[in-house]
Amino acid sequence: MTGVREKRDPLARKKLRHVPPELRSRAMHALSARAAQGRFVLQACTECGTATYPPRDACPLCWGELNWQDQPNGGKILSETSIRVSTDLYFRDHMPWRMGKVLLDAGPVALVHLHAALRSNDRAVVRMMTDRGGNAALFAIPAGENDLMSDPQWREFVVPIEGRIALVSDARNAIGRAMVKELQARGAELVVAGLPGPSLASDTTDAVLTLDRVQTIPLDVTDATSVAQAASRIGGPLDIILNTARHVRTGGVSANPHFAEQRRAFEVSAMGFSRLASTFAPMLAGRPNGAFADILSSAALSGDAGQAGFAAAEAARHSLLQAFRHEMRGAGVRVMALFTGPLEDTDHQHIPPPKVAPSRVASAAADALLNGREQTCVGDVAIDAMERWLTDPALFAREKNL
Amino acid sequence: MSNARSLIADIAAAIAAQDIKIVDLTNILSPDFPVIVLPSEFGQCEPFRMETVSRYDANGPAWYWNNISMNEHSGTHFDAPAHWITGKDAPNGTVDAIPSQDFFAPAVVIDISAQAAADEDFIVTRSFLAAWEQANGPIPPRHWILLRSDWSKRVGALSYLNLRDDGAHSPGPDADAMRFLVHDRDCVGLGVETVGTDAGQASHFDEPFPAHSILHGNGRYGLQCLTGLDRLPTFGAMIVAMPLKIKGGSGSPLRVAAMIARA
Repeated sequence: MTGVREKRDPLARKKLRHVPPELRSRAMHALSARAAQGRFVLQACTECGTATYPPRDACPLCWGELNWQDQPNGGKILSETSIRVSTDLYFRDHMPWRMGKVLLDAGPVALVHLHAALRSNDRAVVRMMTDRGGNAALFAIPAGENDLMSDPQWREFVVPIEGRIALVSDARNAIGRAMVKELQARGAELVVAGLPGPSLASDTTDAVLTLDRVQTIPLDVTDATSVAQAASRIGGPLDIILNTARHVRTGGVSANPHFAEQRRAFEVSAMGFSRLASTFAPMLAGRPNGAFADILSSAALSGDAGQAGFAAAEAARHSLLQAFRHEMRGAGVRVMALFTGPLEDTDHQHIPPPKVAPSRVASAAADALLNGREQTCVGDVAIDAMERWLTDPALFAREKNL
Repeated sequence: MSNARSLIADIAAAIAAQDIKIVDLTNILSPDFPVIVLPSEFGQCEPFRMETVSRYDANGPAWYWNNISMNEHSGTHFDAPAHWITGKDAPNGTVDAIPSQDFFAPAVVIDISAQAAADEDFIVTRSFLAAWEQANGPIPPRHWILLRSDWSKRVGALSYLNLRDDGAHSPGPDADAMRFLVHDRDCVGLGVETVGTDAGQASHFDEPFPAHSILHGNGRYGLQCLTGLDRLPTFGAMIVAMPLKIKGGSGSPLRVAAMIARA
């Protein structure tokens, strides 16, 4: 890879990255799990109706039972302060740090991270973010259109694309191709497009692969040697990986099983994920805003009798992703999941609409990065699947495999 | 048979003295060695894969070894008669059952490198073979027919599989040429440098896949992805090609070597 390497003193000790303090109550973890889905939820009392923050085990007013409810995310800044000294290793690297108190429209007063432009008495939009350690945190930003990325504090909660180097693991399929185009359009310094073999003469003339700031490399996630060679060819900084590799085939378990295809689905979705993640983890861990975003089928949640092998491989991939997220949390690398239903591509010709355009998945992935969202569902099928799975997973699995 | 016994001793001495040269005709079996690509409605050929179990590390402090996986038809490989539907009932048609006498046979090398360089879809026809025999002499019976196309020099380049929008483009024989080689010249099999014994566009022939169909239907063998055929004489090379003894196997990657007289 050429031309875009940042310069660094080769003798300087590598900068160690830290993450914010991680210990949280169980109630707070429940909030983090919801924040990861991009929801603005707070606990509200089932007895007196009062919303409460931070998360608790019982209503602080009446000891009533609490449940999670989506809440309005506006608020008014009550006070502001800049923290200049801290003993915490993470915050020491980011001083000064602005915080403030906000009277949430939902009721409670909350301690929040504060955007640089906000002052006392300002109206604000409060975003439920996850911090670099994966825990929920409230971040107040000015209402209306904003250039959020210019605020260094905001950048700690998200994954900027502009000026960064990204790898798309499989740019041969429709999502991968769309992803390369999207990241390039969003200003990535370099998009490395992985191409599994066999190479085609048309690769050298393809409209997307020949874009400025796009480079292709051979990359086959089913081959450990190929993944290692790709890593050595990229060599220098790598900020973002978008894992678009998948092997979509129909077929059941006892009915019309095709074991070669089933095995390949696992080799690509599950083993491919592991090969990619293990090889590139150290490169991502060294970066200030490293991220690994994985495109998953919503069939991972429930199984799918029509494409049993693919769904099982995607479920395995989802499981591996959870473990990888745990491993990368300490390094502050965000591991993101994007669920999608059937795509408008050659893999899903037999499936009637609704289907999702690959470009829409790509644009949703870019938005997920730019908003630091751990989990995103793209398209009606995936959104519906996630809702039903969260509500009643046993019923959902039954309905999907009737 | 004491004559044969002394012959073996003579061969051993000649090999040791390098009067007989052993030429390796095998490509390196690696994960990135291309495998044949079929139309997408068919199951595909899994390429060679290798994962390290241990390499003098915590998983095996004193030893290095790998798990490998592949399709039977990856790398330099052998096609048994059972590989093709025409050979499904051929006696001893799978690699475990092939008579071991057949693993040692002489070869005739037919040089089509100039024609293949000029025309990537060059077809070896019956009349081409007749003209070749006019120039070089008749093809003797029970020989491997080795097509030297110099295609092996393209390994590592796009032009090896040579895939385009309308499929692969590489040289190979037509049906009449195959019938001539099998029935009139009683060949042991056909060996090629390309990824298949058939031409890249052979699925579109009037008689599709003639090499596979006619060779295997008559109990003959195929050798693919050979290299180094340019080092062999037209006549006089002895081929050693022994596929793995896979139970019921349709073919196997293998090491192919030729014995040739020192020039």
